[in-house]
Amino acid sequence: MTKTVTIAHGNGGEENNELIKKIFYKHFENDILAKSEDAAVIEDGKLAFTTDSFTVSPLFFPGGDIGKLAVCGTCNDLAMMGAKPKYMTCSVIIEEGFSTRELEKIVRSMKVELEINGAMVVSGDTKVVPRGSVDKLFINTTGIGVIEQKGISASALAEGMSILVSRDVGTHGATIFAAREGIELESSLKTDCASLYPQVKALMDANINIVALRDATRGGVSAVLNEWAKSSDVCVEIEEETIPVQEEVKGICEMLGFEAVDLANEGTFVLAVLKEDEAKALDVLQKTHVTSAIIGKVTGLHKSKVLLNSSWGTKRFLDLPTGELLPRIC
Amino acid sequence: MSLELKNLYDDFRDGETIKAYSKIIAEDAKKLKNPINIMEVCGGHTHTIMKYGLPQLMPDNVNFIHGPGCPVCIMPKERIDHAYVLAMQPDVILVTLGDMIKVPGSNGSLQDARAKGADVRFVYSPMECLKIAAENPEKKVIFFAIGFETTTPMTAVLVEQVIKQKIPNIFFHINHVTVPEVMVELIDSRDVHVDSYNNRIDAFLGPSHVSVISGSKIYDKFPQDYGRPVVVSGFEPVDAMQGISMIVKQFIEDRCELEIQYKRVVNHEGNLNAQKLIDTYFEKMDLFRWRGLGNVPDSGLKLKEEFASLDAEVIYKDILPIAEIEDHKLCICGDILRGMAKPPECTIFGTACKPTTPIGSCMVSSEGACAAYYKYGNLI
Repeated sequence: MTKTVTIAHGNGGEENNELIKKIFYKHFENDILAKSEDAAVIEDGKLAFTTDSFTVSPLFFPGGDIGKLAVCGTCNDLAMMGAKPKYMTCSVIIEEGFSTRELEKIVRSMKVELEINGAMVVSGDTKVVPRGSVDKLFINTTGIGVIEQKGISASALAEGMSILVSRDVGTHGATIFAAREGIELESSLKTDCASLYPQVKALMDANINIVALRDATRGGVSAVLNEWAKSSDVCVEIEEETIPVQEEVKGICEMLGFEAVDLANEGTFVLAVLKEDEAKALDVLQKTHVTSAIIGKVTGLHKSKVLLNSSWGTKRFLDLPTGELLPRIC
Repeated sequence: MSLELKNLYDDFRDGETIKAYSKIIAEDAKKLKNPINIMEVCGGHTHTIMKYGLPQLMPDNVNFIHGPGCPVCIMPKERIDHAYVLAMQPDVILVTLGDMIKVPGSNGSLQDARAKGADVRFVYSPMECLKIAAENPEKKVIFFAIGFETTTPMTAVLVEQVIKQKIPNIFFHINHVTVPEVMVELIDSRDVHVDSYNNRIDAFLGPSHVSVISGSKIYDKFPQDYGRPVVVSGFEPVDAMQGISMIVKQFIEDRCELEIQYKRVVNHEGNLNAQKLIDTYFEKMDLFRWRGLGNVPDSGLKLKEEFASLDAEVIYKDILPIAEIEDHKLCICGDILRGMAKPPECTIFGTACKPTTPIGSCMVSSEGACAAYYKYGNLI
């Protein structure tokens, strides 16, 4: 482990895992934490409990803002455990000089998203810090949800199961890159930022046995699949051609040398179901996003690894993204 | 109809076309008298070859040797230390490209420097330095320039603008290198272990983007003087497969030529304006030390003496370390770059040496051979 924390330690990939394991898990060690799921399952499997902090820059971006993200992010972590989001806390750290109008705009968009989830903020905290101590505004939200389907877990995958994505991947990451200063790309891309509970509810209402579920945030679809392959000690085989990616996202990846599966999403999840539920699950997902797709299956070929099969018969590993996402040079 | 980006790559990743080339190569390769080793000089090609799994499509007698064409990988540690020392100057903003920021020097990487408070920025285009310099008039903006012939003209344009606009606070640390010189070095290189010239390179796959600037003429001497065919090829998998097929055909037809696969952009002369711009501001260094390969004559560029007032290596010469720093003893990057070993043959590959903790040059950038093997696996 390096002596100082670098940006790479917050990437949702390998360095991030190292930081969490070698420092936080080491000291906080307990059985619930060790499960390392999107949200902790507590009270004999009745409740899901999670927290997340939001530091996105810019604060406002096409299709959303930090407020929408702060509610979606935490509620989605609950929904990914099969839980209905109920109660939330909201802590904000504000840089001196921040516009109250913008603050209200952000809180208003939090309100809209809370309604979609049927959740409410029941406690909060506000801190204002001197200029330069934070970048404009950071938000932390914590949430509690009531578990409606038990047993959803990253370690429950078994050979023969099917892997689906709920929509085209990589749009949030691509949107943020395009909106960042210094790139000056014109694009009509919008973030995928959305609350996922309604889609999870639709899957449960259709009596689909959800084996594993995870929103593909930092580290993208790659990180989710790698985590599942490791936790369940299986091989996840993906047919590269079937991964849905918008043309514009492809273009941005092409220019900057990224892969869409490594880019962050804020309203896209990966789902594992039994083979017999595959068609029904796809049907439910396509009612929200026609781009949702079956992208692969669980096998025993290279355990703990994710394999990408090309349409011309070659195979390669899909590894965890490492380092900062940086463009290739030539 | 407007040209969409997808038109530029969709067809060149077509599975059926790739399969068709793989059949042609397999058929042709049956007629080869001896196995052939093709060196893809450029890290971009290495990346394509590994990402798209092309070795899995090759017959046993067609083999890839991964060349030294990754500008980040070949940067010796002492030059990375230069970047680190410059970045740590309180009045300096150090600007560079892409994964240069990750490469560890003896004190750490630029990422570590940034964590310690240094102002380090990565840009997509060197021209962004103009904006950074205008916004920070009290700071010195140093552009740490890296790359082969492909990125050199962009640095030259920035030098031109700094001079024309009389911008007082942009300086340059030049680490540009050139392809043909290191190819000669690889052919001529003496293996110190057995004291003989035993490189195994039979042919070269030349990078198309270098030739967009320099033309294919820079490779004229390889078929003529060194008996090595060269095919200048694009970077998409279909381009690479066609390029490989062209090389195999040369061998079975007993030809030794310079050919261009990437005819949609590359010609023999290249971009003369870009070449002129490079010649205006830069000149050859006698020696440039390549990580893993050592000193290679005439392979590096520096600012001409008349532009010394812009040259950070001159201005900061008192604080820049000069001692050469050798690679780790167990690292075999030199052998890998010469085609004498493959990454998995290295004892520290994937154990002590990983993309997150790279020890040797081939692991530091995603375009290095070891990094590509590690990332994509070698599933033949």
